[in-house]
Amino acid sequence: MSEFLRSYLTVAIFGATGCLLVGAFVGLSALVRPTRPQAQKYLTYESGVDPVGTGWSQSNIRYYVFALLFVMFDVEAVFIFPWATRLEAYGYFGLVEMAIFIFILALGLFYAWRKGVLRWV
Amino acid sequence: MVAQNIFFGIMAAIMIWAALRVVTTKNVVHAALWLVIVLAGVAGQFLLLGAEFVGVTQILVYIGAVVVLFLFGIMLTRASMGEDENVNLPNRIVPATVGVLLFGLMAFATIDYWRDAELPKDGSPTTVEAVSDSIFSDFIVPFEATSVLLLAALIGAIVVARKE
Repeated sequence: MSEFLRSYLTVAIFGATGCLLVGAFVGLSALVRPTRPQAQKYLTYESGVDPVGTGWSQSNIRYYVFALLFVMFDVEAVFIFPWATRLEAYGYFGLVEMAIFIFILALGLFYAWRKGVLRWV
Repeated sequence: MVAQNIFFGIMAAIMIWAALRVVTTKNVVHAALWLVIVLAGVAGQFLLLGAEFVGVTQILVYIGAVVVLFLFGIMLTRASMGEDENVNLPNRIVPATVGVLLFGLMAFATIDYWRDAELPKDGSPTTVEAVSDSIFSDFIVPFEATSVLLLAALIGAIVVARKE
């Protein structure tokens, strides 16, 4: 196994240990605690007021624009990530190139702001 | 190579199971969440192949963004999203046929093209640093052009999403 995969094996072991710990503690408490199920215990707690309707409700369409903006800047982050690993090797060249990249995408954010998409009425 | 094969098998089994749950679950939101496991498995397979950047991109873009869009699409368009008995349409023969045919075609094309291809044996993963060096030397102009492409997509999305 190469050094590369060995380092990711560490990540896998870390994640598996985390899942195992959560499972062990939740399982242990399930074994120890008394179980007396009542319908009231399964109600969603909302500031002491009984919830109305179901948990599945339609969301506001306005969230969708924010989701779209998020996707765009998520893709931008994908390009920033490799640059960040080699930031010191590139010096000012990398800084200027990334500044241009972010500036052009910031124009999109500026456009969204000017068009009033970001305003929550 | 043995350890890699074992991990490949484990991840492939989890992915197949989660993929089956995507199409068999009655709750559409749960289907999108099962899809997260499938895509995480794809990211794991990419890491196993030594394609670090593609794996990270898979997690960032697909699990981070595409599934969010799926969930938003479901939550915006459907009034009730709980258990839905009508998710499975009565006419399921045609979609099943199309699915099997598409799978067969893609599997055939993939196997036919990469029949003789061999994976790098060991010790030559493509790290994020190597991808970065490639972007910031040979592909610096396409990289900057990508920002314009993303800007166009962003403005296009805003224009489409806004109601005038």
